[in-house]
Amino acid sequence: MRSADRTTVPTEGLRRLADEETFGRFLARGTGPGPRAGLAPDRPGHHARRAARGGFWALGLAAWLVAALAVAAEPLPPLRWAADAEGGAPYVFRDPTAPGRHVGFEVDLAEALQEELGRRIEFVQYDFKSLVSGLKRGDFDFAMNGLEVTPDRLKAIRFSRPYYVYRLRLVVRQDEERFATLNQCKAVGGVVGTLEDTAAERLLDQLGVRKRIYDSQVEPYDDLEQRQVDAVLLDLPIADYYARQRPKLKYAEEPSARGFYAVAFRKDQEELASQFDAAIDRLWRSGRLQRIYQAWGLWNDDQQALSGAEGMADVLRESARQWTPARYLPLLLQGAWVTIEVSVLSMSVAIALGLPLALGRLFGPAPIRWLAAAYVEFFRGIPVLLLLYFLYYGLPAVSEYYGLAMDLKLAPLQAAVLGFGLNYAAYEAEIYRAGIGSIGVGQWEAAASLGMGPALAFRRIVLPQAIRVILPPMTNDFVALFKDTSIVSVIAVVELTKQYQILAKSSMKYLEIGLATAALYLVMSVPLGYLSRRLERRWGKGA
Amino acid sequence: MIEPLPIAVDHLTKRFGTRTVLDRVSLAIAPRQTVALVGPSGSGKSTLLRCLNGLCAFDAGQIRVGPHVLHAGDGRARRAEARRVRSMLGMIFQDFQLFGHLTALGNVIEAPRRVLGLTKDEAKRRGTELLDRVGLADRAAAYPAELSGGQKQRVAIARAMAMSPRGLLCDEITSALDPELKGEVLAVLEDLKRDGLTLVLVTHEMAFARRSADRVVVLADGAILEDGPPSVVLDHPQTTRAQRFLSRVMT
Repeated sequence: MRSADRTTVPTEGLRRLADEETFGRFLARGTGPGPRAGLAPDRPGHHARRAARGGFWALGLAAWLVAALAVAAEPLPPLRWAADAEGGAPYVFRDPTAPGRHVGFEVDLAEALQEELGRRIEFVQYDFKSLVSGLKRGDFDFAMNGLEVTPDRLKAIRFSRPYYVYRLRLVVRQDEERFATLNQCKAVGGVVGTLEDTAAERLLDQLGVRKRIYDSQVEPYDDLEQRQVDAVLLDLPIADYYARQRPKLKYAEEPSARGFYAVAFRKDQEELASQFDAAIDRLWRSGRLQRIYQAWGLWNDDQQALSGAEGMADVLRESARQWTPARYLPLLLQGAWVTIEVSVLSMSVAIALGLPLALGRLFGPAPIRWLAAAYVEFFRGIPVLLLLYFLYYGLPAVSEYYGLAMDLKLAPLQAAVLGFGLNYAAYEAEIYRAGIGSIGVGQWEAAASLGMGPALAFRRIVLPQAIRVILPPMTNDFVALFKDTSIVSVIAVVELTKQYQILAKSSMKYLEIGLATAALYLVMSVPLGYLSRRLERRWGKGA
Repeated sequence: MIEPLPIAVDHLTKRFGTRTVLDRVSLAIAPRQTVALVGPSGSGKSTLLRCLNGLCAFDAGQIRVGPHVLHAGDGRARRAEARRVRSMLGMIFQDFQLFGHLTALGNVIEAPRRVLGLTKDEAKRRGTELLDRVGLADRAAAYPAELSGGQKQRVAIARAMAMSPRGLLCDEITSALDPELKGEVLAVLEDLKRDGLTLVLVTHEMAFARRSADRVVVLADGAILEDGPPSVVLDHPQTTRAQRFLSRVMT
């Protein structure tokens, strides 16, 4: 009945209930035309009226039979509920004692909702970050996975009545003495880990605290213990489940920034959403919601706010208005700086590494030639995304697995620079090779006939002329790298594009901040193109 | 006057794959002699020139240039010896091969500075002198792309002379030039000859060979057909092959 990917919460009685309710609605529709049919034959007389009424009942009976048969043969399909069970405690996660089963307070909530709605609910495993897009695409009927009600989401999503009030928890190391609050943390330049696209991330952005973005809920706390970050800010349920038991960590300031979890529907699912509203309301008033949270240790006084949790949309919209240029421009500039840092450092690595590769391929003995060619083919052939993942997440795991003495844990920026450097070195090596190859053998011979050795001839005669050929494609690569760096966000580096995404989502000012971001990119890349053309002219003189 | 440089080629054999380009060629060139190497294309005369300063390895025989000896085969020792030979024997190419990223003066002073270790001032002083000697003092700051073919070749000669060689190898150095520009280059060569430089020229300029060469060597199919003073070789060739070739190029 339960598989790895789908969990159904079936109850025989419920299915019957569902059938009856649907059937009742069907019946009501079937009898709808009744009164009009009865009124129409008024003039033809009593008999006629009785006959008509008899016909009406017959019709009604037939409709009932058809409906009953139809319903019996095909009950309403179960509602498909999407959530991410990968490391998703205490919301939805795999039962540690029975890995095929899912547990969590939202699983219990789904069970309660199933009873209230009288309709089966079926679990669909879905990547947390894709929940909203999956909902829009119609991959499932609703998402319920600790989704916070936020301004940008309100635009595209019909949220149900909230079912939980969360707060954010700042967790630090036990021996932390530099700061106890987020603002103090910002003052000492601390880096705070959090999850992407959450209320916690938005709060960090609003306060301008340096942050590192993670994909799962365990890693930030692991990194906190490993001193890779200075604090972790996440929803209280997550902190309670993943951080409270760790002796090396402690809770810092009191929880702050209250917010709501609600069930997400598409805008066109108003009917279903209002059914959920009513059902959640009933669960709240009957005390069942409280019992679920108590069972999971999630109950607290904050939940009283669920009583009057209406109209919060306006509050959230108001907060979006606070995003002025003075507030987001410094953050964009920070992102731009990271983009420059990653691009310049990566390109330096690529240019430094590409030259020996090209020389090895052009002039080396057979094994070196072969190795250099293999390097180029390998790094051109694999996606840089894979490389970044491996360097950042994979290397520490590898060193741990094989018990290597050295610590292969790279900081996000190091991993990004190394990843792009290794990748682009393959391309730069080919550009060098083409450039050096374009200088004819005659130049080498002329240099040799003047008594120059190969190294001197290369350095003073061949390379300076090859640069003319090398420079334009290398500048192109640099501009491409500039844009490619936007994918380093997967290893928790927040550069310009990522910063734009975050800010636009928080503020809803997609166009305004988008133009500012584009302007920043242009300010950086246009002078680069200009510089390249100037250098080309200068070195191109003797051509 | 320049130190004398005798050159002796002894049973030199050079093959490209299965094709024998030079077949047991022997040739002794006295110091301060000017030798014109002529012959149909593919006769091996350019290859012989390139063997003389070690740009080409060869398969058998040996070459003596002043105190240095080049042996058959390739290897670290041969390349080191070749570099020593080149310090005595400059080379000028048909297609100039000036360094495009350097000015005329830059081309001339690069090797003296980097190879001989001259200071920049010293190298510049001598470089300017040499450019003046080839009549290009006013073009010192020009890049190769801004020079005419004749000017380029004169810069190339100044560049070779900057290394103070005792001999010059000239590989068809006027072939790429318009007729009216050839004269200026050949005039520079005659000037150098007066200094006592040993000159070995691969050339098609029979008038120049007749006027300035001490000796004309006709090469065909990797072997020497004729060897003697210009008046003898050019006017009374002994072999029919040489007769045919010379009658074709001298009309």
